[in-house]
Amino acid sequence: MNDLALLVAATLAAGTPLALAGMGLLVNERAGVLNLGAEGLMLVAAVAGFATGFTTGSELLALIAGAAAGAIGAAIYGWLVIWLNTNQYATGLAVSLFGSGFSAFVGIGFVGKKLEENPVTGVPLLRDLPVLGVALFRQHWTIYGAVALAGGVAWFLYRTRGGLILRSIGESPSAAHALGYPVRRIRLVAVVVGGALCGLAGAYLSVIYTPLWVEGMVAGRGWIALALTTFATWRPARMLFGAYLFGGVTMLQLYLQAAGVQVPPEFMSMLPYLATVLVLVIISRNPLWIRLNMPASLGKTFFPGS
Amino acid sequence: MSLLSPVIAVVLTAVVGAALFAALGKDPLSALQVFFLEPFHGTRALTELALKSTPLILIALGLALCYRSNVWNIGAEGQFLMGAIGGGGLALWVTTEAIPMSPWAFFPLVIVAGALAGAAWAGVVALLRDRFNANEILTSLMLVYVANYFLSWLVFGPWKDPDGFNFPQTVSFASQTELPRVIRGMRLHWGSAVALLAAGGMWLFLFRTFAGIQLQVGGPAPAAARYAGFSSHAAIWTTLLTSGALAGVAGAFEVAGPMGQLTPHVSTGYGFTAIIVAFVGRLHPLGCILGSGVLSMFLIGGELAQSRIGLPSALSGVFQGVLLLSLLACDTLIHYRPRWSGTR
Repeated sequence: MNDLALLVAATLAAGTPLALAGMGLLVNERAGVLNLGAEGLMLVAAVAGFATGFTTGSELLALIAGAAAGAIGAAIYGWLVIWLNTNQYATGLAVSLFGSGFSAFVGIGFVGKKLEENPVTGVPLLRDLPVLGVALFRQHWTIYGAVALAGGVAWFLYRTRGGLILRSIGESPSAAHALGYPVRRIRLVAVVVGGALCGLAGAYLSVIYTPLWVEGMVAGRGWIALALTTFATWRPARMLFGAYLFGGVTMLQLYLQAAGVQVPPEFMSMLPYLATVLVLVIISRNPLWIRLNMPASLGKTFFPGS
Repeated sequence: MSLLSPVIAVVLTAVVGAALFAALGKDPLSALQVFFLEPFHGTRALTELALKSTPLILIALGLALCYRSNVWNIGAEGQFLMGAIGGGGLALWVTTEAIPMSPWAFFPLVIVAGALAGAAWAGVVALLRDRFNANEILTSLMLVYVANYFLSWLVFGPWKDPDGFNFPQTVSFASQTELPRVIRGMRLHWGSAVALLAAGGMWLFLFRTFAGIQLQVGGPAPAAARYAGFSSHAAIWTTLLTSGALAGVAGAFEVAGPMGQLTPHVSTGYGFTAIIVAFVGRLHPLGCILGSGVLSMFLIGGELAQSRIGLPSALSGVFQGVLLLSLLACDTLIHYRPRWSGTR
């Protein structure tokens, strides 16, 4: 029983960066912008967060620095695709390539350094519950933050006027423009918020989850988060479910290894990536289902007044 | 005019580079000299430049074909690694069985092995896209990680050199598997000529055959292509199999050429750098050759910067990103005249 509780706890910790980044990308895509630069933003944020944590010793400042780095990177990306109308695929790729190069370059001085470990307090009282305490309530606060964020995003998208406008821009920017909404500004805000959340996810990895800086440490999580937006059919609750499902896949691999299952570790490490492919195949099999759920203007550039 | 923006982008990258060097407390002029002039200095440097360009040209040609027909294969790195495994496996077999053959006989064989392995890996992406409608951007990229782990498994496990002091590498391949060299004493091999021939072939295919035109219509105008009866299934399969095969050949050349054995570090990100080559080369075969020259200059410049002025070689990664970003921005600024207006 306790083993299972630990597995659940580890799953939550591993799924949180996917949930945070995925939620950011979901907001982006609901406004019609597909940010393939997520991986690069997460890498830059991971190194920014680690550097801040290492110099100041403050975990909170480190996470803020990561979110800020992600937001700045996303602002550059947003300026290019929204105001200069560059191709979203190519620009996102450029951000990813730049992020991996830049983070490797900046991070050289931090390789092999270690952050001071902050003891995780968890939720008072609830943490002492027999099994549930270990499984759910002895986590870093960001994990509860991620769950709350999903609720917040869902409330914003479906219960507020702002969310309605955001979704309408994702479906038809020209109609929203005709109604007088500042399409490009709103898109930029969505992109920056999405970038900040990707950044938070990156900083979470290097400051709380590992806590180390290693070159390329995001290891495709940005791309997996992008795949999760499709898996979630652009809905916050499903995104949360998908993120922790993938966290579980990552952890299962470690558990099977520990349990002495005789499969080479390299094949175990392939699991999250193969699972992503499998999930994409299952969810995209029906083109109509995807077309019904996907924001209609996703990935297309918008010229006001055309 | 659109030919101007790669030039402006390279200049902008140099400016950003100079600022970066100055910020790091190095003399910008001498640092730029290491990056932009040293790689062209002398016969040996030039052959090394051509050697590094070879895989970039091969991969970028395939990617240019893909991107022209709106197929977003970004997993060339994985196809390259599979090609390296295919070519390396063949070389390993020839080595362990001690098969007597001339290097010139092995040369076409290693091309076929690399091409088949790379095309098979890209074929998975094509199948998932065509049959199951799965987004090729994400599947091709996920398969890069899978290919990477597969290569690790091979060189840490079944293919490991038994006398290699437990290093993750195969035995050094026998001399008959070595690609024939162009100049004695230099590492440049005849695979470079194959890359140039491939560029010529790609030019003929894209601009002088009906099939090539059909593919390119599907990129900017999918509806028109559908109306004209051009098959989008054929486009997905042709572009992905071709680009996979080309990336695979590049991988096989890298193993049988400069490496001479299979290690986990066969690629230094050629598959990703080639994406930039394809864009800098305007998705044109001739442009890919020129673009690969620029990018291999950055790669070599990064290595030189490490040994000469003590800057990390990761710097070339920064330059690559800046180059592509400024290229994309330049394209817009050249084609449009920005005006400040009230439009939000």
